[in-house]
Amino acid sequence: MTPDMAAMTTTDGEAFLFWVLAPLMVLAALGLLFVRRAVHAALCLVFVMVSLAIMYIASGAPFLGVVQVVVYTGAVMMLFLFVLMLVGVDASDSLTETIRGQRWIGLLLGLGLAVVLIGVVSRATFLPGTPLTENQVANPVGLARILFGDYVLAMETVGVLLVTAAMGALVLTHRRRLETKRTQRWVAEQRVKALAEGGTLTPLPAPGVYAQSNAMDTPALGPDGRPLEHSVSRVLRIRGQEKAAPASLVETRSAGQVSTVPAATPDGGEDS
Amino acid sequence: MNDVIGYAPWLVGFPLIGAAVLLLGGRALDKWGHWIGVLASSASMILGLWLLFRMIGADPADRVVDHSLWTWLSAGGLDVNLALRLDPLSMTFVGLVTFVGWLIHLYSVEYMAHDPHRRRFFAYLNLFIAAMLVLVLADSYLVLFIGWEGVGLASYLLIGFWDHKRPNAVAAKKAFVMNRVGDMGLIVAMALLFAHTGALDYGTLLGSGASGTAAVDGLDQGTATAVGLALLLAACGKSAQFPLQAWLGDAMAGPTPVSALIHAATMVTAGVYLLVRSGPILDAAPTAQLVVVIVGSVTLIFGAIVGCAKDDIKKALAASTMSQIGYMMLAAGLGPVGYAFAIFHLITHGFFKAGLFLGAGSVMHGMNDEVNMRGFGALRHVMRLTAWSMFFGWLAILGIPPFSGFWSKDKIIEAAFVGEGWQPWVFGGAALIGAGITAFYMTRLMTMTFWGRPRWTEPEYHPHESPGLMVWPQVVLAVGSIALGGVLAFGDVFTTWLEPVVGTPGHHEPVLAVPVLMGATIGVVVLGAVIGYAMYRRDVPAEAPRGSVLTRAARRDLFQDTVNEGLVMKPGQGVTAVLVTADTGVIARGWATLAGGVAALGAWLRKAQTGYVRAYAASMAAGVLIIGVVIALVATLGQTAGA
Amino acid sequence: MEITNYVVLACILFAIGATTVLLRRNAIVVFMGVELMLNATNLAFVTFARIHGDLTGQVLAFFVMVVAAAEVVVGLAIIVTIFRTRRSASVDDVNLLHG
Repeated sequence: MTPDMAAMTTTDGEAFLFWVLAPLMVLAALGLLFVRRAVHAALCLVFVMVSLAIMYIASGAPFLGVVQVVVYTGAVMMLFLFVLMLVGVDASDSLTETIRGQRWIGLLLGLGLAVVLIGVVSRATFLPGTPLTENQVANPVGLARILFGDYVLAMETVGVLLVTAAMGALVLTHRRRLETKRTQRWVAEQRVKALAEGGTLTPLPAPGVYAQSNAMDTPALGPDGRPLEHSVSRVLRIRGQEKAAPASLVETRSAGQVSTVPAATPDGGEDS
Repeated sequence: MNDVIGYAPWLVGFPLIGAAVLLLGGRALDKWGHWIGVLASSASMILGLWLLFRMIGADPADRVVDHSLWTWLSAGGLDVNLALRLDPLSMTFVGLVTFVGWLIHLYSVEYMAHDPHRRRFFAYLNLFIAAMLVLVLADSYLVLFIGWEGVGLASYLLIGFWDHKRPNAVAAKKAFVMNRVGDMGLIVAMALLFAHTGALDYGTLLGSGASGTAAVDGLDQGTATAVGLALLLAACGKSAQFPLQAWLGDAMAGPTPVSALIHAATMVTAGVYLLVRSGPILDAAPTAQLVVVIVGSVTLIFGAIVGCAKDDIKKALAASTMSQIGYMMLAAGLGPVGYAFAIFHLITHGFFKAGLFLGAGSVMHGMNDEVNMRGFGALRHVMRLTAWSMFFGWLAILGIPPFSGFWSKDKIIEAAFVGEGWQPWVFGGAALIGAGITAFYMTRLMTMTFWGRPRWTEPEYHPHESPGLMVWPQVVLAVGSIALGGVLAFGDVFTTWLEPVVGTPGHHEPVLAVPVLMGATIGVVVLGAVIGYAMYRRDVPAEAPRGSVLTRAARRDLFQDTVNEGLVMKPGQGVTAVLVTADTGVIARGWATLAGGVAALGAWLRKAQTGYVRAYAASMAAGVLIIGVVIALVATLGQTAGA
Repeated sequence: MEITNYVVLACILFAIGATTVLLRRNAIVVFMGVELMLNATNLAFVTFARIHGDLTGQVLAFFVMVVAAAEVVVGLAIIVTIFRTRRSASVDDVNLLHG
């Protein structure tokens, strides 16, 4: 095998690696297009990125491979997941298209792009070069020499860019306080005010704890034996995860006289 | 002269600074600002007279001095210095303009005492003086043109000084527009001169004095004639000569001191100055000279006839000015034989006409600003000094020896009779008849105003002598009317003085003997005066009688306005109307259509802006795709071609 | 195997990334598409570095990663801000700038 040929072909092991990874990567990438949930898309992308890291290492760029794992999968994708969490994990896309014709135009353009790029690459004649030496591959020092030699200015600039981006993100996500801070005094005063409108001054009753169940999701019983709906956490009530109080304990009266939930205090009843 | 030439720019500088101070000073100067104007005028007058006497004292060979201030413009082959030329001709004018101007300034202090805008008035007067001084002191046609336009501007501002009255504003506009017609002539003349000689300064063009080569000598006959006629057009506009004379009568709308200034010292004399200054050009173009003489003769008769019919005292005087300037133009057209006399008559006329106008202003002042002479009469008893000063002015304009007008006008009539063939008889005859008519209408004016029986009643009018500051300038001018002519004519002092500029008149024998001519002139004048007195001595009807056809025509300025309107104004309005229609119908609509098309296209293209970022991304991707395809194709084709 | 297969793979990934940008409406997924495109170019860079035996390609890929990190930070910050005010992460909801 001449050096020229060595530069243009791979070992069989690498070929095997490529043919295993490449289809999986394309599949995962297509997942980006077709999955409904953003979290799944993020996972697909993580897979593509890790595979890319493996390919970098196989292609004689171990340093980049490591950086790829650390920066992309480690930092960037985690950031994506954080934001997804912030925005709402379950915010799934409806896949129906709103802009008329956009889907076909997009697909056509994507396909066209792929065809043109692949066409050009496949027809191109690569000038035979010298393969990377063993020293270059194994040693990040070579990379560092170029990075801090020829590209030192770009390196510095990129540093400035990173700092600026961090500052920018801080400024953009900074939220200004629009209302006065809720102090303990404020809460107390609001409760006293709400008293006239039927609020309660005291904390709401705690949920019921019974022999059959000791969970947060069963209402306590009032002195008259009726269940107190508002003793259960509001979130559970809204989600419909509230359980009924044990039937044997509930005083059966007419439904109309079941105690109603008192009007919520201004800051909600979750304190209970 | 050279040692004092450095002061010459201040001649213009004083009044110019005065005008600037008065105009920029604002209301703070309203109370005493007019004294600044008088001061500036006085300073200019004292300096002017001092320079004049220095020049009189200098050796005749040194009397022509050029003083360059700075290079005004330098464009290609044209270099124009802002330079002043002091020579006997310009200094004569400086003396006249500053002295008479100064008297009029003094007079105006009282005359305008009750006008709320007296400060502005004095600013304009100063501007007028400054512009006229630039005009006469210039040493090239281009610098003269600055003064020329400045005089036009100042006269516009002053004629329309009471512009809250519509006729006054219209009169100012009329004067300005008709002056612009003349200005075109001056511009054309300058363009022709520059095209053929490449210079505009007097030194190169006209030669300096008697010696030296003049560039105009190299002009061919046709060019010289064209330049001469263009200059004549300019002079006609400024000096109110036929056929551009129509503005002068209307210009009486301005305050009376302005009329005096326009008629005596500044403005109308500029045309005569221009022609005399351009003497070498006229000498080279006999045809143009002939036209000048014809224009002068026509105007002098024309003005005299109009003067006979006017009942407005100021308009009668205005017509008289037109006629007298006609005499000067006639003289200027006669060539070297007449130049000196044209200027001579200009000087004497400046004095007696200023005196007459100031007298008229004084009469108006005493008569509640009444100008109709039919309402005057027997005013000599209540305005003694005014009456006497106007009396001497009257004698002077009639040309009765030994008063000023005789010495200058008689010489012009003599010069008009010089020559061969039909010309001396026609032009000389016109001048002679003009003198007779002049005597008639001036006597008419005097009789109707000062003599006869009073046609005003006491409680309504209370005629009285004007205050001192108004009377004394009249007295000074009356002294000039009496004596100036004789003094300057004694031993041909004035013609000798002007020789370095206009050359020697030489001696020419008129076609009739001089004593005969003199006798005939005096005879005609006395006849005219006697007829005038006899006709208007008795009662003058308060309403003007219908009169003969000629009288009615003369009242309407011999239909000059009608002719102007028919020949120029109506066609001009027609052309304008057509242009306006074309502009709105074709051009404006065309552009509107184009704009509408662009707007429609924009509205259509706006649909591309959906606001959806993905749509934009799609178009961007499409662009990338197209570029990629093109590059790929070019590369493939290049390979194919290379292979 | 030809090394150029890597480049072909990069092309395919790039096209898929671009299509994602064009078709998905969730701003975060669109962003992921952009990241995928960047990664595809990185793969191409690394492969070219290998073909030519020149480490500069790897250096460029490195720079792309750094810039991408900065871009993600700012981009996600913008998405969070928009989400806060509009309660939506759909790129189609931000369409006030239309003609």
